[in-house]
Amino acid sequence: MRAFPILEARQIVKELGQGEGKVQALKSVDLALHEGEFTLLMGPSGSGKTTLLSILGCLLTPTSGTLTLGGEAVTHRSAEDLADLRRRHLGFIFQSYNLFPTLSALDNVRLGLDVRGFSSRECKERAAEALIEVGLGHRLKAYPGTLSGGEKQRVAIARAIAPEPPVILADEPTAALDTENGYAIMELLSRVAGKNGRAVLAVTHDPRTVPFADRVIEIEDGIITGERKKHAATVIPARPRQSQAAHGKAAPYQDRKRQAHA
Amino acid sequence: MTLIGILFAVVLLAVQLGLYLGARKMIVDTIDHAGGDIWIAAYGSNSFEQATILHGRERFAALSVPGVSAVEPLVASFAPWTRGDTSTTSVVVVGADNGTLSPWNVVEGSVSALSPDGVAVDRTYADTLGISGIGAVAEINGQRLRVDALTDGIRSFTTSPYIFMSLAKARELLSVPSDQATFYLVKVQPGVDVSGVKHALEKKLPGTSIFTNAEFRQTNLDYWLFGTGAGVALLGGAVLGLIIGTVVVAQTLYSSTKDHLAEFATLRALGSSSFYIHKVILTQATVSAFLGYGLGIAVSFAVAQASLHTPMPIMLTPQLAAMLLVVTVVMCAVSALSSIFKVTKIDPAMVFAR
Repeated sequence: MRAFPILEARQIVKELGQGEGKVQALKSVDLALHEGEFTLLMGPSGSGKTTLLSILGCLLTPTSGTLTLGGEAVTHRSAEDLADLRRRHLGFIFQSYNLFPTLSALDNVRLGLDVRGFSSRECKERAAEALIEVGLGHRLKAYPGTLSGGEKQRVAIARAIAPEPPVILADEPTAALDTENGYAIMELLSRVAGKNGRAVLAVTHDPRTVPFADRVIEIEDGIITGERKKHAATVIPARPRQSQAAHGKAAPYQDRKRQAHA
Repeated sequence: MTLIGILFAVVLLAVQLGLYLGARKMIVDTIDHAGGDIWIAAYGSNSFEQATILHGRERFAALSVPGVSAVEPLVASFAPWTRGDTSTTSVVVVGADNGTLSPWNVVEGSVSALSPDGVAVDRTYADTLGISGIGAVAEINGQRLRVDALTDGIRSFTTSPYIFMSLAKARELLSVPSDQATFYLVKVQPGVDVSGVKHALEKKLPGTSIFTNAEFRQTNLDYWLFGTGAGVALLGGAVLGLIIGTVVVAQTLYSSTKDHLAEFATLRALGSSSFYIHKVILTQATVSAFLGYGLGIAVSFAVAQASLHTPMPIMLTPQLAAMLLVVTVVMCAVSALSSIFKVTKIDPAMVFAR
């Protein structure tokens, strides 16, 4: 029996545009995220994965359907209430890192904590701890302009995990990175999910990232078309460059049809 | 760019308001230094420089009013000053005795030992009057005068320099009979109510205008600043500076906010409240205000310093500087409103569209 989902979307429909230009980006999507699970949401461009991520992240309101986050219903909330929900339950990692160029790595992470109302001392301590956790203990004072792409994404991950939110949503976290850095980031996200029982959902269209996930959800034309669970025997390659995944061949997964969550 | 906008606004405001304060001081300086409590002037008089002659009987009538301790005649009028090269310029002749409206800030010579044809002038107007210093000679209405004393900082709002001399000399130059004057300055006995004496004088001297010192100051200010429109122009310039400054600062803050919309969207996505983002923008505006003010007030002080020895000095007082700081902060806060309005409409979902 699986634990109660930390984030659950039911029959989510999202219509974009108006009049004759109106399109249904999401068509009755059901999805649940569980503690300690690293989930990938995969699909081609225009499949609706970013729209779904925005709705799961309380950044976009669905046309219909329900969303529950940490046991709280998210539907029909004001913008301020949604911001409050994001503060309390969600951490974000962006494709373009979205770091503040005039702030050091430490201050970028501190800002994410300051927004949540942590005290100045707590901000500093937690930010440093988070950066050490992602392997950037030696780059606390570095500015984004002096960091490599992989380091920037690590700072973004530190910013997301520092407040210890139960859910972390990542948008194409490896898209701007080379293979080695991409794998390192996925390894880190996998570790983040395992630690403290966080639910991590990453949107990606990169098949090389599949070996790191506990679950892969496929979406196409606004519909969840499949869900695969990681095979117990799957081994995450130590050096992804030499792995099958590095050549786009996904590790064995047990195909599962879309099904209701336990 | 934001700082330049604020600097520009602060300097414009400081210069315009400094000129306004300078103008006020020029207008009332002679009244403040006259040393009287009540002014008796010809009916309808509204300025120190343009009053007509009183008959003379007013002095004795005023002396008979209880509470009056002294009544001193004073002559003041425009007159033509003829330089050594025979060219002329307009001046204001001021004649008084017994310490009434004696020139102040004397920097050269002595006003206590003015020769019968001696005058005191301000050195600011040396070029205008065509004088080289003490001992220089000129003429008014064909009568020779000698500069016996030089003052510093006694300026005239009308741009016609004040020429201080004895009462007798002024009467002689202006053909005023020896029992007549332009004003009678009444000194009230210590402890006596000035407004009570003023009312008694009004009853005693119908057909004249009686002012307390404060009323005469205000009458002069109203006439020169607002009757002539000069003050309106100066204040209008200050208001214009405030409007232009606000618009420039608002525009630069707005474009800065627009340039950083993605960062604000990130903050919003991370869960920051609207209040938090507004605080960021207002902090940015306030920091800009203090930096811009610091630069602007430094430039303004330099401009004011350079104007000290000109006929139109800019008076940058500590009170004006403090008021400008408040105005600058308020101006920046108001300017930040357009940015706040823009950020209020931000869509946090744009973080995934970059």
